[in-house]
Amino acid sequence: MSREIVIEPGGGHRRYWRDLWEFRELFVFLAWRDISVRYKQTIIGVAWSILQPVVTMIVFTIVFGRLAALPSGGVPYPLLVFSAVLPWQFFATSLTASSDSLVSNREMISKIYFPRLALPSSAIIVHLVDMLIAFGVLLALMVFYQIWPTWRFVALVPLTGLAAAFALGSGLWFAALNVRYRDFRYLVPFMIQLGIYVSPVGFSSDIVPDNLRFIYSLNPMVGVIDGFRWAILGQDAPLYVPGFVLSILLVAIIFASGLRHFRGTERSFADVI
Amino acid sequence: MSEFVVRAEGVGKKYVIGHRGAYGYVALRDVLAAGPGNMARRLAGRRERSSGGSTREEIWAVRDVSFDLVEGDRLGLIGRNGAGKSTLLKILSRITEPSAGRVRIRGRVASLMEVGTGFHPELTGRENVFLNGTILGMRRAEIQRKFDEIVAFSEVEKFLDTPVKRYSSGMYVRLAFAVAAHLEQEILLVDEVLAVGDAAFQKKCLSKMGQVAREGRTVVFVSHNLVAIEQLCTTALWIGGGSIVELGKASDVVAHYNASFAASAAGTFSPSAVRGDGSVELTSYMVTNAVGSVVPIPVTGEDVLIQLRVHVRERIQRLAMDISIESPTGVLLTNINTTAIGQELGPWEPGDRTVTIRLGSVAFMPGAHRVGLSMYGPDGRAYVDLVNGITFEIGQSALFGTTYIDSRYGCVYTKIDVATDSSGSAAPEPVRTQSSGPQAVQ
Repeated sequence: MSREIVIEPGGGHRRYWRDLWEFRELFVFLAWRDISVRYKQTIIGVAWSILQPVVTMIVFTIVFGRLAALPSGGVPYPLLVFSAVLPWQFFATSLTASSDSLVSNREMISKIYFPRLALPSSAIIVHLVDMLIAFGVLLALMVFYQIWPTWRFVALVPLTGLAAAFALGSGLWFAALNVRYRDFRYLVPFMIQLGIYVSPVGFSSDIVPDNLRFIYSLNPMVGVIDGFRWAILGQDAPLYVPGFVLSILLVAIIFASGLRHFRGTERSFADVI
Repeated sequence: MSEFVVRAEGVGKKYVIGHRGAYGYVALRDVLAAGPGNMARRLAGRRERSSGGSTREEIWAVRDVSFDLVEGDRLGLIGRNGAGKSTLLKILSRITEPSAGRVRIRGRVASLMEVGTGFHPELTGRENVFLNGTILGMRRAEIQRKFDEIVAFSEVEKFLDTPVKRYSSGMYVRLAFAVAAHLEQEILLVDEVLAVGDAAFQKKCLSKMGQVAREGRTVVFVSHNLVAIEQLCTTALWIGGGSIVELGKASDVVAHYNASFAASAAGTFSPSAVRGDGSVELTSYMVTNAVGSVVPIPVTGEDVLIQLRVHVRERIQRLAMDISIESPTGVLLTNINTTAIGQELGPWEPGDRTVTIRLGSVAFMPGAHRVGLSMYGPDGRAYVDLVNGITFEIGQSALFGTTYIDSRYGCVYTKIDVATDSSGSAAPEPVRTQSSGPQAVQ
């Protein structure tokens, strides 16, 4: 009772993080809602989260591995592709979901107060679950090709965090811009469509000429995917360190600026959405 | 007296309108396309008016509103549509930010702008109770503790594990309101949610609101249901055009607000609304209740009198009058002329006269009705043609008790008596219910 809320123009910042903490249950429930809706029909939900990466793996293995006959550095091509599809799929679906999260929850935003950050951030969780399920396929593949996990597997946790930070950081940008300019919603699917070819999903980034490698790493997903391969495939997939550091740096910048922009505009969401 | 729970100081909300695209939102391409033009205009030193004919206009939806609420106060917000009630409530609940002024709130706030916010059709009733409760700011433990109570209140026990997409709309609303009714926050902001559902449910909601009020919580309540405002609220705030018209004891404010409808029941005509050859001039009009008085305004079931002051310029031997009435939702209720019903008008000598039109035998539903009328001679010559120039308001009738009746209940009320024969095995007593007329009269 003692605490007092002051509502005034431009005054939303003072208790921002405390508010966020107070609404933590909402975050959990929103994530749980998405998961629960997605896996309501268990078979279809699980099948979908397995089918998508597996089909992508098959197609890419045929196109890049067989037809284009790109080198894989001694790694079974399906495994090379799948270890990249895993983070890519997570990133792509998370980015799409968080970009759309505000507009698709329009009615909630215009009818109720809560920290708007809960929407784009909770939208990612369900795709994390998807990735965990697809991870089972990876393990099966590894058993099949007789490649055993090493201590590097632990690195998958921070690497997934990096992918999540990239997805959320850019998701915050797009979600906020989407509220103001509705045609941004056409941009995200296009970028993702191109991104799967620009990123080293169907091939190893070793085929990129050395002098272009650093520039290639300007796409943070290059660092994430290379990291995943390094952690999963062991010695056969060496990590290009300068590029990886660049990826981390860029993700940090995108995340920080996305959060800043989101916080700067979220006060007017209810007015324009 | 610093023991306020809510204190609003000069609160205002400004919207800039006129810069939105045809689709109700802005597209980046529009902004980019408008960019060079804007810049050129700025360089030329012109502002505010764009070349496309659309203007950027600032609208104060709420302006300079101040009030204090102490614990246990129940404030009713009244005013016409678009007066700024909902905007004020949205500022208080932090959905939208004020452009001016300050609000200080002590305590947890629950705002109810609609029932069932965040309900997901795929989830079961049980799951939605938790989801909706959390969205409304309840803690998980709170919901768990109140769960049985919520379910009992909603009367949908049997369907708790059914996805709500299979619910009837009545069940949906009952469940949603049940969650809202069990909020524990000290301050409740409620917007018109009581107007949903059937009459029995409305009654239940109202009694729940009364209970909440007795618990000593602070309530801000927006409603068109003046009967409910008078019953539930201690004070009322009447907003007109975004500013406070009156703040005071609920019954006083409601009475003054009601009287304001009567004030608009009389008026003159704007020259642009009236067409005709000028042989008859409409000077003024007055809409009254059946006994010819402006206050109180007529309610459902009462006759409405329209008194026209006309000035006749030249002698008219014979004329007919055509009268149309539109419901608040724009449905044409009737359009009939005096010839058709065998009424002869005329001759009219030059000079002033009063024409009284009595609208009877039909029970209009509450809301603003529009009247159009024309007068013409046997040769088809139009003396006067007035399109929707007169508006009259029908008030809430005691016929319906505390149930708030509006256009959702139809365009007209017909008195219905249901009687059953004792030889049957059905209902025991003759039951009286209300019903609505046909939705559209073409």
